[in-house]
Amino acid sequence: MIEIRNLEKSFGDLRVLKGMSIEIPKGQATGIVGPNGTGKTTLIKTILGLVKPGSGEIHVNGIKLNGNFEYRKDIGYMPQVARYPENMRVNELLEFIKGLRDQEAVYEEELIDQFSLRSELEKPLRTLSGGNRQKVGATLAMMFNPDILFFDEPTAGLDPQSSHKFKQRVQKEKENGKTVIITSHIMSELEQLVDHVIFILDGKIRYYGSMKALLEESREERLEAAIARMMDTTGEEPVQKEENGSLLMTKKLETA
Amino acid sequence: MKNLTHIIKNEWRTLLRGKWVAGYALIFLVLTDSLLRFGGGGAETLLSLSNVMLLFVPLVSMIYGILYIYQSREFVELLLIQPVNRSVLYWGLFLGISTPLMAAFMLGAALPLGWHGILMLDGASSFLVLALGGVLTLIFASLGFVLGLMFYEDRIKGFGFTIVIWLFLAILYDGLVLMLVFAFGQYPLERFVIAVSMLNPIDLARILVMLEFDISALMGYTGAVFSRFFGSATGSLTAAGMLGIWLAVPMWWGLRVFKRKDF
Amino acid sequence: MKQTACIFFTVLIFMTAVSSIEAQITVSQDGEHSSIAEAVSMAMPGDTITVTEGIYREHDIRIKKPLTLVGEGRPVIDGGDNGYIILITADSVTVSGFEIINTGRSYIRDYAAIMIEKASDFVIEDNRLDNVFFGIYLAETNRGVVRNNHVESYDRREASSGNGIHLWNVKNPVIENNRVTGMRDGIYLEFAENARIMGNISNDNNRYGLHYMFSNGGVYYENTFRRNGAGVAVMYSENVDMKNNRFENNWGATSYGLLLKDIRNSTIEGNRFYRNTTAIYSESSSNILIRRNDVELNGWAVNIKSSSARNRFEENNFIENSFDVRTDSPRNNNHFEGNYWSAYEGYDLDRDGIGDVPYRPVSLFSIIIDRQPESLILMRSMFIRLLDTAERIAPVLTPKTLFDEKPKMTRIQ
Repeated sequence: MIEIRNLEKSFGDLRVLKGMSIEIPKGQATGIVGPNGTGKTTLIKTILGLVKPGSGEIHVNGIKLNGNFEYRKDIGYMPQVARYPENMRVNELLEFIKGLRDQEAVYEEELIDQFSLRSELEKPLRTLSGGNRQKVGATLAMMFNPDILFFDEPTAGLDPQSSHKFKQRVQKEKENGKTVIITSHIMSELEQLVDHVIFILDGKIRYYGSMKALLEESREERLEAAIARMMDTTGEEPVQKEENGSLLMTKKLETA
Repeated sequence: MKNLTHIIKNEWRTLLRGKWVAGYALIFLVLTDSLLRFGGGGAETLLSLSNVMLLFVPLVSMIYGILYIYQSREFVELLLIQPVNRSVLYWGLFLGISTPLMAAFMLGAALPLGWHGILMLDGASSFLVLALGGVLTLIFASLGFVLGLMFYEDRIKGFGFTIVIWLFLAILYDGLVLMLVFAFGQYPLERFVIAVSMLNPIDLARILVMLEFDISALMGYTGAVFSRFFGSATGSLTAAGMLGIWLAVPMWWGLRVFKRKDF
Repeated sequence: MKQTACIFFTVLIFMTAVSSIEAQITVSQDGEHSSIAEAVSMAMPGDTITVTEGIYREHDIRIKKPLTLVGEGRPVIDGGDNGYIILITADSVTVSGFEIINTGRSYIRDYAAIMIEKASDFVIEDNRLDNVFFGIYLAETNRGVVRNNHVESYDRREASSGNGIHLWNVKNPVIENNRVTGMRDGIYLEFAENARIMGNISNDNNRYGLHYMFSNGGVYYENTFRRNGAGVAVMYSENVDMKNNRFENNWGATSYGLLLKDIRNSTIEGNRFYRNTTAIYSESSSNILIRRNDVELNGWAVNIKSSSARNRFEENNFIENSFDVRTDSPRNNNHFEGNYWSAYEGYDLDRDGIGDVPYRPVSLFSIIIDRQPESLILMRSMFIRLLDTAERIAPVLTPKTLFDEKPKMTRIQ
């Protein structure tokens, strides 16, 4: 259960979050979409405690965030970029995080097998492929069996097989009643994994509701098209400053 | 406390496995050993060593501190989203990375001093030079940390400031002091130059070295303030105390920045 | 005639017997003789007086005939702060094994524990002198030995303390293995000819450890002078030989390891100067050979005034002195050659052990200090080192002709 009320955040003169209020109930799988630079990452980082809110309140499982840290026991996070100390071995990293969290790593073995990491355990992290490092990240996020799971562009670096395995795993977590929050530029992936969508544009929430409702409302078959239509109707072009992902998305939206 | 030691131990393990810190220790080992082999006696070696130390330890430590922040961004963020207090994390990371560098200098220099017998012969002087190098390592590593956290997104700026700060404290500062001394030569300046020197940690370390090795020259100075300051324990104690403040302030500052920072 | 001759021989034999059986007189606190002065006055020339353990409160013991005065179990002669304690005015007197304490103090008379005046061939040996105004005082003596004595006093003021071993107008004295502490001058010589001063330790005296005035042809070897108010001064003398001494920790604005004033034709060799404010100070001195000394960790290794000329500094080790040479003149009248200077930054491409570029021992910083003493606080800073190096490459303010053309690359053993 995550409750956000009137969350605002500025970096210097740049207003990134312009007043957001959301309630994500327990057990809901939610996708956060929106072009880059519109506040998606900042929103997640604020919930994780990496960024301090400018104003507004966040409650996670009923605990108000005020620089405290205990609430993060219930959160697992898989970052977009997985970079670790070069000389550390995979098993050392797992042990290290285990020592920090002081929780039982109930799914450790299961995840290692599921992601075929067993042969990598003794290797230094610098020798791992990008995909394997992503899988280590996924393992770290899920092994303590937290209630809330954040995945930031989870499948970006994964090969199709691993991607498939990952999605299977997320499905299972959903079935176990976990709150799952995913950001992704790949709309088809979101269609598979989530049933609620938060669409953020320019620091504000433009849509928050079930995927089904969104598709019905926009009379579209696919999420991608629905989002594109929504951007048209709001009449605002997303501010584009960065390349790759963001541009790609804009193109997708335009061609849709 | 458990988490603190856990983080420190982890940093030690990964750093000791890396070649960087070992290489740094080796440089000081070879340097000190060759100074002893080709330079002659204890005082001569210790003074050469302290010259190198005063110049390079601050630079290396600062670069090391800032480089750690830049290289470990994702890892630090991974740790920040764990249920761990930020202060604990800060101290764990800082002590975890700065103490191996400190140990590298101290051990690297101490071993040759040991096997050439200087440690026994000039124990107090050796200890002073080693300890000052250690303290400077901590001070400048934490300054590097602060710079890395403050210029988290702009590495060019971060490194730029590092070089400028080093150049200023290690060389230019004393030039400015000399200029002021000559500009205001007709006024009594003793208190002023002492106060000004106390503001620069490299000068503080240098003054402590000077008090150890050049006390006979300092005693040749006739001014009352200098004589009182250098002639008693006051000089050493004040300089050591100021160095302690210099140790505390950047660390505390780094902690403050780390606790408030948006990553 | 025969009878006369017989009597004459008998008397002669008798007399020889008397003089050869030297009398032994024992002074003890509860014995027949309890006063040293009394024993001295009744003794015959050549007698030995043995003084046993105990405290004898006496002063002004005048020895006017050849006597041997021996203390057994180190008896104490306590002068009770009155005048001289032992005064020797006869030749061939020996005083040994005593503890002599509490002389008088005066601004007019030089009260000493042992005063030897106009005498020769004396031996003052193995005595401990404590809380005395002057210790052992030699005036107008010839030959004589002062050996293994220990002189100590506690007056910290220069004006009201006396000298430990004081020599005035003496010839051929030997001062050996004594220890002097807390006096005005440890060993003082004025008009002493051919003095031999060896193996003494003179430390923590209020003024000079050794003070050498108008004394030609002397030698001092293997002495240690430590923490004296003003170090060692050698003045107005010729042909002085100073070898293998140690000058250590003489600190202060007017303190020198060795101060030379008006000295000519002398040698300073094999000495060690360690942690003095100024190791060697030279004024109006000439033709001195300063050779193979170790000059280490002093404030200034050499301070040579322009009045000094034709002195030679050869094969010395100048190690980590704050400043190597200081001088008050842009010209140089002395010669530096083949020394080792730890501050030398030159190179030796032909590998002959001699640096290929000359070393300039007067640093720019020492000139800066003379002009603006507060800049002393910048000593050993990187900025100052850069300035010094620049000046050494292209001298502007430092004496252009003062350099060591053959600086050694390694320490001279």
